[in-house]
Amino acid sequence: MDPRVLEAMLPYFTQKFGNAASRNHPFGWVAEEAVDYAREQVAKIIGATEKEIIFTSGATESNNLALKGVFEMYQQKGNHIITLVTEHKCVLDSAHHIEKMGGKVTFLNVKADGLVDLQELENAMTDKTILVSIMYANNEIGVIQPVKEIAAIAHKHGALFHTDATQAVGKIPVDVIADGIDLLSFTGHKLYGPKGCGALYVRRKNPRVKVTAQIDGGGHERGMRSGTLNVPGIVGFGKACEVAMQDMAEDAKRLSALRDKLEKAVTEMEETYVNGNTEHRLPHVANISFKYVEGEGLMMAMKDLAVSSGSACTSASLEPSYVLKSLGLNDDLAHSSIRFGLGRFTTEEEIDYAIEVTKKAVTHLRELSPLWEMFKEGIDLDSIEWAEH
Amino acid sequence: MSYSDKVIDHYSHPRNVGTLDKSKNSVGTGLVGAPECGDVMRLQIEVDENHMITDAKFKTFGCGSAIASSSLATEWLKGKSIDEALKIDNMDIVEELSLPPVKIHCSVLAEDAIKSAINDYRVKNGMEPIALEKSHH
Repeated sequence: MDPRVLEAMLPYFTQKFGNAASRNHPFGWVAEEAVDYAREQVAKIIGATEKEIIFTSGATESNNLALKGVFEMYQQKGNHIITLVTEHKCVLDSAHHIEKMGGKVTFLNVKADGLVDLQELENAMTDKTILVSIMYANNEIGVIQPVKEIAAIAHKHGALFHTDATQAVGKIPVDVIADGIDLLSFTGHKLYGPKGCGALYVRRKNPRVKVTAQIDGGGHERGMRSGTLNVPGIVGFGKACEVAMQDMAEDAKRLSALRDKLEKAVTEMEETYVNGNTEHRLPHVANISFKYVEGEGLMMAMKDLAVSSGSACTSASLEPSYVLKSLGLNDDLAHSSIRFGLGRFTTEEEIDYAIEVTKKAVTHLRELSPLWEMFKEGIDLDSIEWAEH
Repeated sequence: MSYSDKVIDHYSHPRNVGTLDKSKNSVGTGLVGAPECGDVMRLQIEVDENHMITDAKFKTFGCGSAIASSSLATEWLKGKSIDEALKIDNMDIVEELSLPPVKIHCSVLAEDAIKSAINDYRVKNGMEPIALEKSHH
């Protein structure tokens, strides 16, 4: 978390501890004012107005509310929803839930670079389509979808457009008006704010969008999300948005330069590949496959780096990343992938260190790898009959 | 996930990494696992005329626990007869390396690699292969 955010939050745990819904005493007024101010800050970063912001517990709740809330609200109009196979689990699982409720969901595949095929989207639209939900940028590979074009296709067929912009807001400019977004999910902790506080943007004009509440109760958040507001969290989320708006351009420039430096250095090693589209990509993400090295084994050598692996050796299914598989990567390349995430506080020294550690670890593990030895001997790994496992 | 000190030690300083000449009759090779599952182990033993294992080498594509399991297996194999080696149980590896439940399959793979290498040696030298139990899978 950004220290500027923590500083803004602290008074709301100690002196200013009122309930924002308590309108009949000053403690409540102070809290309400703080929430109103934060709502403006949060709205501003996506080009919305404060009445279009519903505070939630995070992007998972926002995505649940967007998909299920739209499905319930608009079921007279239609029952069809379109989304992508590379969406975050909370979108995919909300979509599966909707299927159980009698909805129809199309899960579009992506192209080999991770981008949606707009023609396929167009072909999937029907007169029953009420919602297109496609993420702004992907969490594993950082690929940025053509949201403006997606919105245009959705609107042409009378459907709403929701985007999970968790990875994008605060990293790249997002504007709900210019992009034609009707609903947008995002969260505080992805932009150096606190965990446990997110928002759903719900458009109020052209058209006025409504969602059916998924949490019933005291009618907070204009009836769309009941529950006492997390005042310190919301204050922190607001501050984080304000800081991000100031720092975004500078951060993006600096981080993409560092990311490119890292990527260039490690891909000098043979049999090393960057996953996903590199032109339409978040500035701070690199997803790289180091062939013949298993990702989790590699991560063990990088334990002091901010990395994660597309391999899932710990899961019961042993299935590697579904995002990488949907790019058409073979399972073995998906098992060999590492996601590097840079942040506001990443320094050039850390990147130099990351390059050194990565190269050393990959070299060490390739010396240990029977697959690398076979590759070096010119043996086609596909020609080997691998044992059932 | 946190790894035990022994796993970290084998991962950082793997024992007996390498390749034996698989064309030799005295060498048994076991290659188990599959790249798409994220684990491949190759374990080799060199056996003398008294059926004693004089050398063992491994190479593994996999997570730290898989590397440690196979590295440990090579240590345990050296100096054992091929019949004694068959008695190495995957749960011994689990215990020695303090593997968590999600990593037990790494030890199973190491046991499979040992048995597969012994069978390769046995068949090469005119002996019946041992029936491998697949009950772990």
